Parts: sequence; structure tokens; C-alpha cells
Amino acid sequence: MRDNLLAFLKITLGSLRDLAPVVLLVLVFQLLVLGQPLPNALELGLGLAFVVLGLTFFIFGLELGLFPIGESMAYAFARKGSVLWLLLFAFALGFGTTIAEPALIAVAGEAAAIAADGRMIEDSERAMARYALGLRLTVAVSVGIAIIIGVLRILRGWPIHLMIAGGYVLVVCMTAIAPKEIIGIAYDSGGVTTSTITVPLVTALGVGLASAIRGRNPMIDGFGLIAFASLTPMIFVMGYGMLYA
Amino acid sequence: MNVGGLLAEFLATTVGTIRDLLPIAAILLGFQFLVIREPPPHLRRIVIGFLYVLIGLSLFLLGLEKALFPLGRVMAEQLTAPAFIAGPGAVAGMLGWEDYGWVYLFAFAVGFSTTIAEPSLIAVAIKANEVSGGAIGIWGLRLAVALGVAVGITLGTFRIIVGAPIHWFIITGYVVVVVQTFFAPRLIVPLAYDSGGVTTSTVTVPLVAALGLGLAETVPGRSPLLDGFGLIAFASLFPMMTVMAYAQLSELRARRRDRLPEEVN
Repeated sequence: MRDNLLAFLKITLGSLRDLAPVVLLVLVFQLLVLGQPLPNALELGLGLAFVVLGLTFFIFGLELGLFPIGESMAYAFARKGSVLWLLLFAFALGFGTTIAEPALIAVAGEAAAIAADGRMIEDSERAMARYALGLRLTVAVSVGIAIIIGVLRILRGWPIHLMIAGGYVLVVCMTAIAPKEIIGIAYDSGGVTTSTITVPLVTALGVGLASAIRGRNPMIDGFGLIAFASLTPMIFVMGYGMLYA
Repeated sequence: MNVGGLLAEFLATTVGTIRDLLPIAAILLGFQFLVIREPPPHLRRIVIGFLYVLIGLSLFLLGLEKALFPLGRVMAEQLTAPAFIAGPGAVAGMLGWEDYGWVYLFAFAVGFSTTIAEPSLIAVAIKANEVSGGAIGIWGLRLAVALGVAVGITLGTFRIIVGAPIHWFIITGYVVVVVQTFFAPRLIVPLAYDSGGVTTSTVTVPLVAALGLGLAETVPGRSPLLDGFGLIAFASLFPMMTVMAYAQLSELRARRRDRLPEEVN
């Protein structure tokens, strides 16, 4: 119990240090550059206390829950030896965590508005909702496929840099022929897919798999799943834009 | 501000976080009990860990929404207003890209400081430190990524101000990343590629998007929809370069340290 409390205090101190730069930035720009007083100092202080406490709880839970479950499932799948189930799990994890991602829902809505503005689709609620849903499904499927590719890479030990470089070439080629309106959205959709809960889980899964399989180095083979998850959405979203045009 | 209102807001944020967590929990449970067919070791600890993550994320998001985001958004708006940049009475059309000094500085500082506070980056740094046996420092990695995001977002704001097409910047960046891959230590490459994707989640995206939208609204001839976004893409590209550069520098230093005693002998 006392050890837990000590660990908690230590993480709290770490959270304070992590947030110091943001607080400093806001204070310096608000008071010195813009020359304005701080609005609602009380609410500000309370909010900051929440952020520090929240970050502390999150990191505490990370080591207690998210990392262990990711790794224990990786080991269990490796013991079971069924590649098909593992790949199915990989797809479900990628698809399931992305389809409900709030950042993606926001970006898809914006994209539908742009498409309606540019007369790519009909300017009606229904057409826009259909376009946005199609986009979300596209991104979610692409992340699911990305995790499958990433897991296959860990199993087979394929070199990551050739695959990523090949992906970039594909992105560049598609940029040349995709409709202009979709390009910005496509590039951004790569970044918004990986949420705060998904990243630790997927990282633990990759590292766990690479540690469980003989001949794989967790450092070289364990990382890289997130990289695929940020690359394939760009390719798929541009493809979606081309199909719609 | 009353306690009841705050509690209601906390509950609303928690419900939102539960909704994000639910599909993940369902997939994990489904595969754990239907496919693997045995409970994971330390099930109780894992459940408690998930509860901590849930409480932590909810508090974190609520605190950001209460304290940092409103202020950050207002600041982004004020800093990009022509009246602030060139004195009262200025019109945006008269300004050149070199007049936006404070905007670049703000963009750099926002990119750097929000990345240091990004929870998913902390998670990846902890894991990388553990897996590399301490060879990759938690702080070294986080500082390298933060520097990358800062440079990326500064360049992204510059792009919005001059109105250059985004794909030329991104394609050039890819070429640099691919070339750098051949010279970087092999161990760092997958981690470097990953750090591009982890930088942009809870803290960075809302503040950076506000900055981009503010700029695109005030600079004449920019469309908030087309130009306001796109900063995120810059923020995920540059960390790959800085993380590889960090590993190259550490390798160089280690090599020099190894060589020195030999020369003395």
C-alpha cells in the first residue's frame, strides 16, 4: 500500500513536470506578448489540477491494465499458434478502435462539407451523411488492414523500411491523380486515427508478439504497427475520393 | 462555477470516454474468452488498471477543456489578427510572410509543449525504454519528438501564410525520411516511423487545429476548410526525422567515447 502511494506521488510529480511547458507558454504569451490578464484564474487552476491528476491516473492505469493485457494476449495467440485468429484479432482491433474515434468523426464531417461545396456530391443532408459514413468506414477498414500487414510483418520478419517507402511511393503517385479536395483530408486522416487508448495497446501487442516469437527482436520487429496505421488511411482515402469523383 | 455543474460535466466526459473504451474492451474480452478461452493472468489488476485509465482520461480531457483549450483558442485568434501583427488599422493584404514572427514562435512553442504533455507518447517512450534496456532514454525520445512536432507545425503555419500546395512539402519530407532511413541505426527505424503517428492525439490536435483555422480565416485568399487542416500532417512527418537524427547523434557520441580511450593508450 505504501509503495503504491509512493509510486503514485512520483508519477504525480512527473505529470506536473510534463505540463509545465504548456502552462509556461500560456502565461508568457497571455501576459507578456498579448498583454492581457488571465480570465477566471480559479477555473484555470482547477482545470490544471484536473489535467495533472488525469495524466497521473492514466499512466498508473497504463502499467497496470493496458500494457499487461496487450502483452498477455500477444503471448496467448503465439502459444495458440493460429495465424488466422491472430489476424482476425488484429483487424478487429484496428477497425473497432477507429470507427468510433471522435477525431475521425469530426474530420469526416468536415470532408463531407467540402465535398458538397465543391459539387462532388449533392448538397443535401442525406448525401453528406452517406459520404461521411463511407469515409469513416474506409479509414476504419484501412487501419484494420494496416494492423494485419503490421502483424504479418512481425511474424515473417519483413524489413519495415522497404514497406513504408513503398507506401510513400504509392501515396505520391495517388496524390498526382486524386481529386484536389480530398488530398488535405487524406493526409490528415493518417494522423487522427491513433487514439490515446489504441497506441499503448497496439504497442504492447507488437512488442509482445516480437518477444514471443523466436528470432524476432522486440526493438526492430515490435514497433512499427502505428506507422502502418498512419500510412494506409492516406492511400485508402485518396482511393475513396477517386471512386466518388 | 458550482460544484454540481462541474460534477455533471465530469460525468458527461466520463460517458464519452466509456463510449471510446467500450469497443476496445468488447474486442479484448471477446477474443480473450471466445478464442483464447482462458482468463488473462492478474485479471483483477487489469480491470483496476482499465478503471484508472478511464478516470484518468476523463479528468485529463475535462481539465483541458476547462483550462487550456479556451485560452489557447483565443490566443491563436488574437495572435493571427492583423491588428496585433502590424498595429491597429492594418489590413491583412498588406502583410508579408515575414510579418508573422510571433505566430511562428507561438506555433513552435505550442508544438513543443503540447507534445511533451501527450499521454500516448509517454506510453510509447516508457515501452521503448523498457524494450531497449535503457538504451533509448524516455526523455531523449520525448524531446526529439517534441522538437520534430514544433518544427513541423512552424513550417505548416508558414505554408498556410504563403499558400504553397501541401503535397510538395509532404513529398519532400518523405524523400528525406527515406534517405535518412539508410543512414540511421537499424534499431531506431521502426520506433521513428511509429513516433510520427503517436504525436497527434488528445492535447496537440485541438490547439493546433485552432491555430490553423485562425490563420486560414485571417490570411486573405485562404480557405479555412482546405488550408486550416493539414497542420496535423506536418506534425506527423517531422518527428520521424528528428527521432532518427536523435539516434544518429547518440551513436556518433557513443562511437567517439569508445574511440577516445584507445587513442590515449
